[in-house]
Amino acid sequence: MGLKALDYETMNENVKKVQYAVRGELYLRASELQKEGKKIIFTNVGNPQALGQKPLTFPRQVVALCQAPFLLDDPNVGLIFPADAIARAKHYLSLTSGGLGAYSDSRGIPGVRKEVAEFIERRDGYPSDPELIFLTDGASKGVMQILNCIIRGQGDGVLVPVPQYPLYSATISLFGGSLVPYYLEETANWGLDVNNLRESVAQARFKGITVRAMVIINPGNPTGQCLSEANLREILNFCYQENLVLLGDEVYQQNIYQDERPFISSRKVLMDMGPPISKDVQLVSFHTVSKGYWGECGQRGGYFEMTNIPPKTVDEIYKIASISLSPNVPAQIFMGLMVNPLKPGDVSYDQFVRESKGILESLRRRARIMTDGFNSCKNVVCNFTEGAMYSFPQLRLPPKAIEAAKQAGKVPDVFYCLKLLEATGISTVPGSGFGQKEGVFHLRTTILPAEEDMPEIMSSFKKFNDEFMAQYEDNWNRSRM
Amino acid sequence: MRRFVIGSARNLIESSRQKYQFERSILSSPYRFLSSSPAADSPSSSSSSSSTMAHPVSLNTINPKVIECEYAVRGEIVTLAQKLQEEIQTKPDAHPFEEILYCNIGNPQSLGQQPITFFREVLALCDHPAILDKSETQGLFSADSIERAWQILDQIPGRATGAYSHSQGIKGLRDTIAAGIEARDGFPADPNDIFLTDGASPAVHMMMQLLIRSEKDGILCPIPQYPLYSASIALHGGTLVPYYLDEATGWGLEVSELKKQLETSRSKGITVRALVVINPGNPTGQVLAEENQKAIVEFCKQEGLVLLADEVYQENVYVPEKKFHSFKKVSRSMGYGEKDIALVSFQSVSKGYYGECGKRGGYMEVTGFGADVREQIYKVASVNLCSNISGQILASLVMSPPKVGDESYESYSAERDGILSSLARRAKTLEDAFSKLEGVTCNKAEGAMYLFPRIDLPEKAIKAAEAAKKAPDAYYCQRLLAATGIVFVPGSGFGQVPGTWHFRCTILPQEEKIPAIVTRLTDFHKSFMDEFRG
Repeated sequence: MGLKALDYETMNENVKKVQYAVRGELYLRASELQKEGKKIIFTNVGNPQALGQKPLTFPRQVVALCQAPFLLDDPNVGLIFPADAIARAKHYLSLTSGGLGAYSDSRGIPGVRKEVAEFIERRDGYPSDPELIFLTDGASKGVMQILNCIIRGQGDGVLVPVPQYPLYSATISLFGGSLVPYYLEETANWGLDVNNLRESVAQARFKGITVRAMVIINPGNPTGQCLSEANLREILNFCYQENLVLLGDEVYQQNIYQDERPFISSRKVLMDMGPPISKDVQLVSFHTVSKGYWGECGQRGGYFEMTNIPPKTVDEIYKIASISLSPNVPAQIFMGLMVNPLKPGDVSYDQFVRESKGILESLRRRARIMTDGFNSCKNVVCNFTEGAMYSFPQLRLPPKAIEAAKQAGKVPDVFYCLKLLEATGISTVPGSGFGQKEGVFHLRTTILPAEEDMPEIMSSFKKFNDEFMAQYEDNWNRSRM
Repeated sequence: MRRFVIGSARNLIESSRQKYQFERSILSSPYRFLSSSPAADSPSSSSSSSSTMAHPVSLNTINPKVIECEYAVRGEIVTLAQKLQEEIQTKPDAHPFEEILYCNIGNPQSLGQQPITFFREVLALCDHPAILDKSETQGLFSADSIERAWQILDQIPGRATGAYSHSQGIKGLRDTIAAGIEARDGFPADPNDIFLTDGASPAVHMMMQLLIRSEKDGILCPIPQYPLYSASIALHGGTLVPYYLDEATGWGLEVSELKKQLETSRSKGITVRALVVINPGNPTGQVLAEENQKAIVEFCKQEGLVLLADEVYQENVYVPEKKFHSFKKVSRSMGYGEKDIALVSFQSVSKGYYGECGKRGGYMEVTGFGADVREQIYKVASVNLCSNISGQILASLVMSPPKVGDESYESYSAERDGILSSLARRAKTLEDAFSKLEGVTCNKAEGAMYLFPRIDLPEKAIKAAEAAKKAPDAYYCQRLLAATGIVFVPGSGFGQVPGTWHFRCTILPQEEKIPAIVTRLTDFHKSFMDEFRG
């Protein structure tokens, strides 16, 4: 037998460095247990429809008609599809040459990108250029494409919040860059302190790293906080001063569960700030059909919008997109439908609004139920989920538990989450998967289980937690930070 | 407004960072939150005025590998064509043709090819399962498409087609695909070896990512090749090691050529990691003979190379004397198993007779790697969570279409055979047309979707190209476009023996358009040669 072709030793080192806890150890263990017949509640990923959320009816009707355009020729189609779905299907088919089955423009169907631009303009009050909007197979692919452009080598640093959604750390590892962490302040509602940012940048530069970009996730994942307008101004000022491109992950912009801080896009604030900043700071904004109240994760539909990126560079980014030919066309239609929704008077409007509101209002209630449920445990402190889809409670683990974890060869929050999984079937992601301050432990769960299941899930958690604490702490002594 | 408690919190922060000396002055100002009134900027010690520095995302500051890589299929000539198309739309008389004829890209349905009805029925039902409960649905959909949709939905947890699936793809669909592979090859396939991806291209990228550590890692690629490979290798910082297909022998792949190129690159300090074989070939269209494939497998085994088998055109074979044999089948028939050869086979829903490019469906079947490597492949796949569900479903349908006896079998096979026989006819018609042109030779398209004729350009034409600062084949293609609206891709986009010129033309325009294409091309070519003949 000849030489071994590809083995672990000869693999790209950067691949080995990649970690993605969302589908890592806990998830794999949960899947194993599920195969053995245990009932598992998967709260490891923001995957609403896997936990019973129903798809909105109207978009599914439209896409089904686009899949099978011969239905449109059938005189009986009106018996099972409403008129506005039929009209909308025809509209989207007219924007393509070859329907769902042809590669579109590598940036996405021009007509859909125009709808996205119009949505952005309505949302922010500033015009948006469809030529600077690229549709992608999910927002993640867009993030990877942009980071691939930015990262030249390990000398390039990207500011990433801690805790963060580990797509960022994984992608930076994959492309051989350096992650420059900036810590969010848990006791200040996961607030962002510009002095933390400055310090992070200074440290990185001292190590010889060129800091190139800054990621903000707004609303936050896993932390859920919604940035205020003042926050955003300060961030944009910071990027202006430090010459950073701002990467605005805004995929949860529809998921807002408090009224004090509605969603404001980074782009709106940038434009509000006027020249010179509005014409100088580079910004890439990301959105998706996977979250919000749509929850269409499986479609893989997203976009990014570029601001203040020079034309020749946009061409290079287009070139890279063209290598993958085009984003999937059905998801492009989902995106069009999401940004260009039904209007009052449309046949399906009422049902659409009812379904949408139902989901959002329930999410708001579940955010509260979960936060309160965690806070009712003596050793757990949980910031309210202001937005997004997650709860990120802090677990105060006693020294005996930490020691037991060490004995078991596990990081303490991994140890806790594995035990939680085995006792209750609740599959979470340990906080170490997102980053946290040393010695502070969390877990991330989603607020997505069905509302009627929530009370049982929370009491199941509490029961496990109390038993865990009783096992590892004699008199439940807790110290506040 | 909350104030941040400095003392113990600062300790926490400092203890969680590595200890570096840095300007204490930065920490001396009290921590404030951004919700407070704008704090006085404490300039960091090394900030520079942003107006004097280049922006992070600009041509000379972005990743140079991005600049380096190229993809001609949607390159310059296509941009030009789109511009002309816009001009015709506003001013119909702007050019000596009424429409652009895109022969640049393997995108069948954009040129009128119809999708397979059964597949679309199943996909529509899976997109909107609510209608399965309605009695009217029976009248609009075939019974077996309804049955297949139920079967597929039952394989999806909660019937939730909008949920992220397992990162390798839905298990039940992988079972179907594995069964389809087994039926095709006569050798078993393991569903755990299957990774469903958004088209075959992302799977290729994944493998390049794993294999390429630095520019010292080389990947053997056919010349001419489909430029996904050159682009992907450039993007991942590796080295493309070319092996030349032999035009004189119908684009033959000689193992002696593989050996020669391997040795040459090794002597230059390159570690060759893998061999890419595209079968049927793109742009060259040849279908490998089984004996040839065995020699290739043997070569990879001996030299410790991963065999990357791009088999996306496996259903596009137009000549009776050739048949598609998967490299998996060939390896197993030689008695080689998991321990003998590392093989990654790529398949897609974009080609064949289904031509569902816009769906982005495909998979790679990964065999012959250790568990630790497979874990890494899974890990990389998981960062993107999963491929689109509709594409996954379609991949399973492609690998297990209606069978004899199924209600839809007759219409399905009629559609399939109609498309395939039409492709075969168009391939022949265009091949004949090219062969009649002065100075042009054209190998037969045994398979795939392209013709790749060679053109001997007169010296005068080459000089004119130089004056226009274009490669000669690009010059020809641009002149062709300007005169006729026909879009070919210059051969330099695919690689060719230096000093030879080619262009790639798809066989996809609708049959009724082919005569017009042939006429225009022939007329243009004659006048071009008249202009430049010595």
